[in-house]
Amino acid sequence: MSKADAGPIDLTRPKIIGTSVKRVEDPRLLTGHGKFTDDLKLHGTLHVALVRSDHAHARIDAIDTGAAREMPGVVGVYSAAELDQMARPAFATSKMKGYQATPVRALASGKVRFAGEPVVAVVAQSRYLAEDALAAIDIDYTPLDPLVDPEQASDEHAVKLYDDLPGNVLVARSFGMGEAEAVLADASQTVSGRFRFHRKSPTALEPRSYLADYEQGSRSLTLYASTQVPGIIRDCLVDILEMPGSKLRVVAGDVGGGFGGKASLNPEEILVCALARHLNRPVKWTADRMEDLLSTSQSFDEIVDAELAVAGDGTFLALKADILGDVGAFSIYPWTAALEPMQVAGFLPGPYKIENFQANVRAVATNKAPMGPYRGVGRPISAFVLERLIDMAAKKIGMDPAEIRRRNFVREDEFPHKIGSGIVWDRSGFLDCLEEVVERADYEALRRHQAAARAEGRWFGIGLASYAELTGIGSRLSAAPGMPINTGTESATIQVDSSGAVTAHFGIASHGQGLETTLAQIVAEEMGVRLEDVEIVQGDTAAVAHSTGTYASRSAVIAGGAGTLTAHTLRSKVIEAASHLLEADIKDIDFAESLISVRGTNKTLSLRELARAVYSQMGSLPSDVRAKVDLQASEFYDPHFGTTTCATHLAAVEVDPETFQVTIHTFVVSEDCGRVINPLIVDGQVHGGVAQGIGAALFEEVVYDETGQNISASLVDYVVPSAAEIPPMTVHHLDALAPSTLGGYRGMGEGGTIGAPAAIANALSDALGHLDVEVSELPMTPERLFRAVEAARAEKEDDA
Amino acid sequence: MSSKHRLQLKVNGVAHDLEVEPRLLLSDFLRDELDLTGTHVGCEHGVCGACTVLLNGDSVRSCLCLAVQAEGGEVTTVEGLGTVDQLNVLQEMFREHHALQCGFCTSGMLMTATDLLSKNGQMSDEELREGLSGNLCRCTGYEHIVNAVRAAFAERGGDSA
Repeated sequence: MSKADAGPIDLTRPKIIGTSVKRVEDPRLLTGHGKFTDDLKLHGTLHVALVRSDHAHARIDAIDTGAAREMPGVVGVYSAAELDQMARPAFATSKMKGYQATPVRALASGKVRFAGEPVVAVVAQSRYLAEDALAAIDIDYTPLDPLVDPEQASDEHAVKLYDDLPGNVLVARSFGMGEAEAVLADASQTVSGRFRFHRKSPTALEPRSYLADYEQGSRSLTLYASTQVPGIIRDCLVDILEMPGSKLRVVAGDVGGGFGGKASLNPEEILVCALARHLNRPVKWTADRMEDLLSTSQSFDEIVDAELAVAGDGTFLALKADILGDVGAFSIYPWTAALEPMQVAGFLPGPYKIENFQANVRAVATNKAPMGPYRGVGRPISAFVLERLIDMAAKKIGMDPAEIRRRNFVREDEFPHKIGSGIVWDRSGFLDCLEEVVERADYEALRRHQAAARAEGRWFGIGLASYAELTGIGSRLSAAPGMPINTGTESATIQVDSSGAVTAHFGIASHGQGLETTLAQIVAEEMGVRLEDVEIVQGDTAAVAHSTGTYASRSAVIAGGAGTLTAHTLRSKVIEAASHLLEADIKDIDFAESLISVRGTNKTLSLRELARAVYSQMGSLPSDVRAKVDLQASEFYDPHFGTTTCATHLAAVEVDPETFQVTIHTFVVSEDCGRVINPLIVDGQVHGGVAQGIGAALFEEVVYDETGQNISASLVDYVVPSAAEIPPMTVHHLDALAPSTLGGYRGMGEGGTIGAPAAIANALSDALGHLDVEVSELPMTPERLFRAVEAARAEKEDDA
Repeated sequence: MSSKHRLQLKVNGVAHDLEVEPRLLLSDFLRDELDLTGTHVGCEHGVCGACTVLLNGDSVRSCLCLAVQAEGGEVTTVEGLGTVDQLNVLQEMFREHHALQCGFCTSGMLMTATDLLSKNGQMSDEELREGLSGNLCRCTGYEHIVNAVRAAFAERGGDSA
């Protein structure tokens, strides 16, 4: 760590970190010159179209591809019979006791387990011709009972998705702290409910796309992929394709959004690689929107039965939850089926002190697309359940929702604090965020506005939601519960080449976060060069020896830390070389804005001159010095545990009593994300996250009918909110309690999606408080609101 | 396979005269035949707006349009706006206001906004949001896009372009 102290930075110079510099990505993206995977053109590329299962659950009896093979432009037609010879299945492993792994294959083998699962691949000269041939393929199926209801699927007598597994429950875990059951049984005040968060699709605007290029001469394979995790994909393909990593490269160029939907291994990635190697030709597949909505990993599908006990003064006494996660047809690689439901349980206690906690979690396989990570992973459900229970408790004991939260937050002098699930909060401004929101939103004025609206018979409500999350997770924790793959480290390699140009290589993979800009800001400031002189290389497994990618709010913290350490090491080398070349003492060398100078003199050296002297000029440096000042450096950063990011969201909403349309009147976020690298980018991340949270709360739902058909596989049916639905919002960034991460950064890419659904659910419940409607299901569409209000009115009539 | 049709049109001011299949979508024509990959295809069913281009001055979804429907017409794509070295005012405002993140919807947003700018005097935020509501963005939450387009209107001044 001593290297971090090398090369002091002059504090009087203008800072690059902390300023809203314009993004370096923007010119190419604004002019149509970005390079998304589907934009790449390789000579001789063949195109894949897929026959996907139209059954949710069926045995494959026969596949007839004869007629399709004769169609114009068709090069080959493939099913599992061929693909299973070309690539081994991948298995997501786990350290969790009793966990059942399931295979991830390129094409369905023997059985289909969800409607939309790829079964047959047609390879043709163009996508049009490949699609023409799909209709000529005949598949005989024997339909099996579809498992759509996760509770039925978890029954021990249910039909099994995998004949060789004991049942459909892939993970079952119970854990806790204290005596939750006993405290709940004795408590005078409890609130409880069954909470249902319906399935979502991450719906990145760029459909998934993969292009594999096999070079016969060098026996090497390059996969260009719309992925968040090129390193994870590369390391998996090395195993299942049985090729050395030196011959297998995964490149994520410009990627059109991910949100978790591009953070796992997908069958089509295996498919194009295997086929490119088999055919010695570049092979491309790009999803259309229906394929993307059918087959990209989905998320947030849980049923949670939860109960909270409170004392008369509002103190939380005990929390218990039974969590059933509907994880779909297979356990996703590498995160496993445990990821989403276990995170719901892990983060359920939130930023509060709750001494007694018990969680029982089950992940059950069903005939639906696999469940994978989506922005916030589990935590939107944790926050929804707990924050709803808290508002229900506040109402029960007649306390203001802001006050009951104040009384239960972990306080500044109580960090580090271990919550009932075992997660440790290092230090973060839980209370600061709430107070900031209360002040900025003028909570008291909003309450007066609400009283006036109610007096007019309007349904106006205010909802708060506070949450905490772990970000920048280091090597001492698994990014996904039980996952044996370490994702807690990043390295950076920075070099000054012989022309004096600075290039920094990272293992992360930006897909909209602007990491080319933020990492350049860090490298520029920490090394002493101008922003425009730093080139960031990322999203390419060839750039570094080990990489995973960008997910779990990790890149700014971990790659930023690696960039900082490396920049300091390289800065020291530059200064040492310069002291010899300029014949000055090291402590007199100044290096800023890409210029090296000797303080108090007019002696200067550009990086270009320095690089020439170091690399090319005979006799410029003694050989022992030359060996020390090679102008490149690699350092490695591991935050060990990671750090706590927190926020409070406030939503004020109005429900139209005639149409049940919801209008968001106010949305305010206050979050503690540590030191801000680029305020504009941080702001954009929160805005985008909140928009997805609003979608999750009010609009978006993946709907499977009782036969297991996905009946929401278009953007007409799966409603992504537009500019007309997302309100203006106010976002405040606090740096309340500095974390221990290098640079003081906290991860913050996911948070918006965590708080917004809970805040809106609370606001809707508050708006309908006079009817005693408690929102326990999301999305709360106008139809669900109507039904909830009708049911509440019927109950009131029955009581009367 | 159907026989090919002759197609004559101008794209970003450049005249083209070639043969295409009648079923070829305008979006695929631009991307695959002319290598103008700035026009992105997000849904192929006319909802997301990523593929929006101008055809004879009006915004159209190039995924819902056959290439042959552009016969004799003038198409403007995102490549017909500013360049990497010289962004136009709208593009510059998008950059300044951080109105893009992943950049996938951006081309369509820019073309829709170009259409709004060309046909309207001033627009209220509500009108702007309505005008942009046929273009989905999954990254930004829209407010920064609204800010950028509003700023482009302000830069332009006057009643209409």
